[in-house]
Amino acid sequence: MATKEDLIRLERPNSYIGRNLTRSRARRAVAGRGQYTDDVLMPRTAHAAFVRSPYAKARIMRIDTAAAKEQPGVLLVMTGAELAERCTEPWVGTLTCFDGMKSAPQYPMAVDLAVWHGEPVVMVVAETRAEAEDACELVEIEWEPLPPVAEKETALRPGGPVVHPAIADNLAFRKTIDTGKVDEAFANADIVIEETFEFGRHTAVSLEPRALLADYDKGTQRLTIWTSSQCPHMIQAVFARTLGVPEHNVRIVAPDVGGSFGLKIHTFGDEVAATAAAMALGRPVKFIADRLESFVSDIHARENRVKGRIALSKEGVIQAVDIDVLSGAGAYSQYPRTSVFEANQILNITAGPYNHKEYRARATVVYMNKVPTSQYRAVGHPIGNSVGEALVDLAAEAVGQDPVEFRRRNVIPDEAFPTTIAAGIKLQDMSHTACIDELMKRMDYDALRAEQAVLRRQGIHRGIGIAAFIKGTAPGPSGYYGIGGAPIASQDACTIKLEPSGGVLCMVGVTDQGQGVDTVMGQIAANALGVSMESIRVISGDTDAVPYGGGTYASRATAIGGEATYQAALALRAEILVLAGVLLQAEPATLDIVDGIVVDAGTETPRIPLSEIGRIGHFQVAELPNDVKPVLSATRRFRLTDDLYIFTNGIHGAYLEVDPDTGFIKLLKHWVVEDCGRVINPMLADEQVRGGCVQGLGGALYEHCIYDDAAQLQNGTLADYRVPMAFEMPDIEVAHVQNPTTISDLGAKGVGESGTGAAPAVVMNAVNDALRPFKARVTCQPMTPEAVLRALGKV
Amino acid sequence: MKAPRFSYVRAESLEQVFELLKQYGEDARILAGGQSLIPTLNMRLSQPAILIDINRLDMLKGISAGDGAVRIGALARHAEVAESPVIAARLPLIAAAMPHVAHVAVRNRGTFGGSVALADPAAEMPACVLALGGTLVVAGARGRREIAAEDFFRGLYETAREPDEILVEVRVPTEAPGTVSVFLELAQRHGDFAIAGLACHARIEGDTVADARLVYFASEDRPRLAKGAMAALAGKAWNDGTRAAVIGALTDDLDPMTNLDGGAAMKLHLQRVLTGRALDAAVAQARAA
Ligand SMILES: Cc1cc2nc3c(=O)[nH]c(=O)nc-3n(C[C@H](O)[C@H](O)[C@H](O)COP(=O)(O)OP(=O)(O)OC[C@H]3O[C@@H](n4cnc5c(N)ncnc54)[C@H](O)[C@@H]3O)c2cc1C
Repeated sequence: MATKEDLIRLERPNSYIGRNLTRSRARRAVAGRGQYTDDVLMPRTAHAAFVRSPYAKARIMRIDTAAAKEQPGVLLVMTGAELAERCTEPWVGTLTCFDGMKSAPQYPMAVDLAVWHGEPVVMVVAETRAEAEDACELVEIEWEPLPPVAEKETALRPGGPVVHPAIADNLAFRKTIDTGKVDEAFANADIVIEETFEFGRHTAVSLEPRALLADYDKGTQRLTIWTSSQCPHMIQAVFARTLGVPEHNVRIVAPDVGGSFGLKIHTFGDEVAATAAAMALGRPVKFIADRLESFVSDIHARENRVKGRIALSKEGVIQAVDIDVLSGAGAYSQYPRTSVFEANQILNITAGPYNHKEYRARATVVYMNKVPTSQYRAVGHPIGNSVGEALVDLAAEAVGQDPVEFRRRNVIPDEAFPTTIAAGIKLQDMSHTACIDELMKRMDYDALRAEQAVLRRQGIHRGIGIAAFIKGTAPGPSGYYGIGGAPIASQDACTIKLEPSGGVLCMVGVTDQGQGVDTVMGQIAANALGVSMESIRVISGDTDAVPYGGGTYASRATAIGGEATYQAALALRAEILVLAGVLLQAEPATLDIVDGIVVDAGTETPRIPLSEIGRIGHFQVAELPNDVKPVLSATRRFRLTDDLYIFTNGIHGAYLEVDPDTGFIKLLKHWVVEDCGRVINPMLADEQVRGGCVQGLGGALYEHCIYDDAAQLQNGTLADYRVPMAFEMPDIEVAHVQNPTTISDLGAKGVGESGTGAAPAVVMNAVNDALRPFKARVTCQPMTPEAVLRALGKV
Repeated sequence: MKAPRFSYVRAESLEQVFELLKQYGEDARILAGGQSLIPTLNMRLSQPAILIDINRLDMLKGISAGDGAVRIGALARHAEVAESPVIAARLPLIAAAMPHVAHVAVRNRGTFGGSVALADPAAEMPACVLALGGTLVVAGARGRREIAAEDFFRGLYETAREPDEILVEVRVPTEAPGTVSVFLELAQRHGDFAIAGLACHARIEGDTVADARLVYFASEDRPRLAKGAMAALAGKAWNDGTRAAVIGALTDDLDPMTNLDGGAAMKLHLQRVLTGRALDAAVAQARAA
């Protein structure tokens, strides 16, 4: 536990907490020395490529691999059935915490039945990737195409096609949150507003695709996998269990990771297949997903239709909210995290900032013959926020109030926390009112409204959007994974060591995907210990080196891993001070550590440097009394206790222009004010928010996995699947209200997803604000020119 | 995404190109900037037996002003065209369109000839060449042919060039004094292929549009000269009535294709919007001149 003095040190003006430091990995990347999985070179490496199902649903009648096997360079051709024999048992992507959830057993590659366009069916391993691809073309598969489930709306229709015979109704999961008196509240309301929203599928499109290099050493029976992953320990558990290797004999190394966004917290059949090939061949096998196969095998997300209703008093007080979510999953529930989180989060967070007492939220998750869906940055939040905030805007309009004023009156006031919101979740340390105030200042809201009015008279249609949000970050152990049966740690850990030189090694279970986790952990350790950043080396992403942890997802790295690091460093500090006390014959409490030197607390008179403590503690232990046994190392773990998440909150503002003739939307400016508690590194926190916003804006305006009636993906290239690019992005101004969480000593909440979670909502509100004079409304995302023109009745 | 095996020849002369094209016919592909060809190879969408690299053939390079026309060598890079003072002075339509072609990196390699020879229906340069009444010069072992742009673009990636011919240059008449050019396109992201676009070249006298060439792209299988709309415009003052007539005529001129960007109705709508905007701009330009 941190003492009062420890906490004071966090606030010191020249401390590492709150300081902008550049990412250590950025320096190496710009020097051209990044080490991504594909940069890892092993002698005798073979390369895997996959034959994937061209059909959304088809029975495999016959596979002939003879011609492929004879191709130059080919080392191994393995069918799904052959791979299944090498696996212990199929995956079932359910968690026990999701009552009544069903999913079909899944092998890493299709065995008899292919159930999505892109599912791996046959693996070819050859001396080069080009040779493997050549041979893939010669694999002959006789298919019997079957009618697919192509639309979520018809998936539950009795007598229609089914994805898996074992799940005859295509129903994955249903859940309801109900406060009990929702119907009554709607019946008694002065005003009821209803709207239906449609959200298209997206995918993560990390710059570095999924990548894996597996090497099995038959001598030691050790399996080493280098892979672009956010959660090495989960990969260790799943791969070990699936391939029947003892977990402690599996080492997972996540070298540099070029973006991940949730994509790289899942297990993918092609990666398991490549690992099985390495074991079969006794040679390292590399699999680097190319962009085409990424589009049909990386998880998809976001496909939902939501009907929403809001009940109001005529004074403009929200009485009740009611949503009905139809969530379109893929062909399997993604193992081991499932495909129902998106729907579950929509239920948790929709209209979460507001004070209504009655709430009903229903979700139905259905299977379709499409790429499996699962967690992608800000899971569910873009949808829940878009729905909730659109309803709130409609409500404000109905009672003739400014949307900001309406929100100010309806949010749960800051002083009311901790409290339990209508969704049944306890929230604490929220700052809705403070965030609204800060946003108004930064937007110069009244001036912006005045400008909008002037321009409108000139035929220029600008829109101002506002969207408040809550965001679940840093999930606790009582929520989902561990308790649901998945081998995913909800705790995280840090082992910190003082080396003889006085240098400090800091091994963390959380991982760095380019957001700067290593640097932030270093800042926390440096602050708690009282040493310079230069004397600390942070090690992450290697299961042989770091204590067991969950990795980085759900904005948990700083909130959970950071607290573990903080506590570990404080523990090491305490031991150092005890040793110093022995050597200096002083009370440890009268000593402090500043800049790597033990000093007298208060006067800061230098007494003994840490290099001396390190030297004596490791080499000259004879200088110490016999009963002093220096360890100079500490491991601490941190987990939430009863809380579901460490919730954060914030609010976005957007300013944009809609061309009502072409339906084109031009983003002019974006603001985010959010409360991630204590900010460790403002620059990196801001960049997380900005990058997150850009992903949200991409989803709002451009990104869409378009399927045809036969459930074939139509736009699986970067030419046709449009990701946001710098040219179209607005300036994004970020500010933080710092309301440290009381759940940890460090006080940091998550920040990585706050941009993504509400950016689509604020842009949709701004577009509809611009369209207000036309009495038109866009209720689907992405908001393409065609969608806007349709809303305007022009096409 | 690795290309299948193919042979590669770096041509040292046009004659060698002719010879190889004769020998391999449809199995050969000319490699210019490679910005369109190489991705299709990597995606295994085309599997030619041989690539004939023309990048060292100096006679295909360069931009020069001649008698009433500008010669643009097939190998002139987009970036060269974009920066060329000859193009800026004599072919303002092309100068205006060039910034819409892809991004800097692609423009550095991609060639004018490659773009015209490929005939992507959403590409800018074919539309400009057609709007300005250019001539495409192709050559092969059987000799040299000059093909009017109107006869060159035949359909989706389909041109009048025979498989044994190479496009050597494009000749575009210098824009005459007293004419104006307007280029407009709509793309969701800067540098993307357009979802609707219009290359407009017009002679405007006072308030009257003496004549105009309107070429629409990105909505059909090829750049389309809108003859009905042009007739509705010729000799008319640009006013609400003319606007309605021209926009109305587009219903017959155009037959837009639905694609991932949207339906035929949206494409037609956007082309109409662009038409009004282009002619407003053309008239304003003429007035300012
Ligand atoms: C990301 C990206 C964005 C792009 N955006 C646009 C855009 O907005 N607008 C646009 O117009 N283009 C765009 N392009 C295409 C680009 O302009 C290409 O460079 C151009 O279309 C082809 O030129 P190239 O020299 O690269 O031809 P190559 O790729 O080498 O060849 C293309 C085809 O033309 C044939 N060919 C090439 N030269 C000749 C010749 N002299 N005679 C006969 N046949 C020949 C080749 O055999 C091949 O079939 C984009 C490309 C990329 C990669």
